[in-house]
Amino acid sequence: MTHDDNEDIGKGGGISRRYALECMIWAGTGVLWTISGGVPTSLSLLGEAQAAEAVSTGFTFLQISDSHIGFDKAANPHAIDTLKEAMGKIQAMSAKPSFLIHTGDITHLSKAAQFDNAAQIIGGAGFDVHYVPGEHDLIDDGNGQAYLDRYGKGTKGAGWYSFDQNGVHFIGLVNVVNLKAGGLGNLGAEQLAWLADDLKAISASTPIVVFAHIPLWAVYPEWGWGTDDAAQALALLKGFGSVTVLNGHIHQIMQKVEGNVTFHTARSTAFPQPAPGAAASPGPMTVPADQLRGLLGITSVAVRQGKEELAIIDSTLADA
Amino acid sequence: MIYLRLPARQLAAILAGLSLAAVASAPLHAADAPLVKIENFAFTPQTLTVKVGTTVTFENDDDIPHLVVANDASFRSKALDTGDTYVFTFTKAGDFAYFCGLHPHMQGTITVAP
Repeated sequence: MTHDDNEDIGKGGGISRRYALECMIWAGTGVLWTISGGVPTSLSLLGEAQAAEAVSTGFTFLQISDSHIGFDKAANPHAIDTLKEAMGKIQAMSAKPSFLIHTGDITHLSKAAQFDNAAQIIGGAGFDVHYVPGEHDLIDDGNGQAYLDRYGKGTKGAGWYSFDQNGVHFIGLVNVVNLKAGGLGNLGAEQLAWLADDLKAISASTPIVVFAHIPLWAVYPEWGWGTDDAAQALALLKGFGSVTVLNGHIHQIMQKVEGNVTFHTARSTAFPQPAPGAAASPGPMTVPADQLRGLLGITSVAVRQGKEELAIIDSTLADA
Repeated sequence: MIYLRLPARQLAAILAGLSLAAVASAPLHAADAPLVKIENFAFTPQTLTVKVGTTVTFENDDDIPHLVVANDASFRSKALDTGDTYVFTFTKAGDFAYFCGLHPHMQGTITVAP
């Protein structure tokens, strides 16, 4: 990758969006997000000094997604092992995240043993984990009861909730229930009403982090990669200075910045999916075994107090 | 070679005609049962016409689970893992639009003729 350092270094020594995107494309494991002054930035992009600053004056949290425990097809016969590797990388981090978020598709088929295995591997790392469900987590015989029994405590409706950490307001949304024929992801009127109410007490200067499984922006509607009523949710977030939207579902990194909102999707820990339109379907993409770990990963986010932006760092399982 | 091929083609056409006639006159059996394949995140065929009383089989050939759900909620499969099938017998005439409950951009229609 070639780039012009002068062009890529933005105001205050920050890293330009373009350089950040290039890094994310090439970095290939998870995404570690730091929130600096409100805009999440993924950590591998920060450099040592900035990362240290993030840790000393703010906090980091980590996003994992689409672990698909139970998946054993050609694209990755050992999805359970790659989740273990991802958790091992998180545990080995020198700057420990304050907590984890999991943006859904914890399991492949919502089976009890799959939920149990995921809980053992993810829970075994000893972090607080905030979950939202993916569509694969709601296909038990009880249409989602298995998920709610495990992760629904303290949540509303199908499992949505909010919480605050170090001055940042986090909102976990569910856009994988009551899907309509011909439609995309769906939040629904009840959840939107709850969101409007939840935001009432939040000041406009509070950084907001929204996380949900399916992207809240139209990544590629032809493959169902979007959410029908996301615009209504985003309208409610318009008045806030910094909004970061973290999603999964598409098993690859995509980023878009629109006004006050930064959208970012994380890699899967289980298997990659093709770029939009690059294959006959969005199904699991089988790559040579020695390339798989370069396409799986985690995302780290650093929150730096007093800074406008969160720092988002994606890293792959292949990264040292 | 061309001379030799022509009779082969004609023979094939005759055979095809014969087998079509046999299907039309013989009662349905398992091998002829209407099948909707789910592959590459699509229902194939996307539209299928059957007679009242016909049992249709939906078979998932993808590496990802799918769910067959009628728009009018008249039928709904469980999650179909790779290779799983769902059968439903259509006892009423009409057009039955359906979609995948997990990937709702996937849609199909079963037309049930009286």
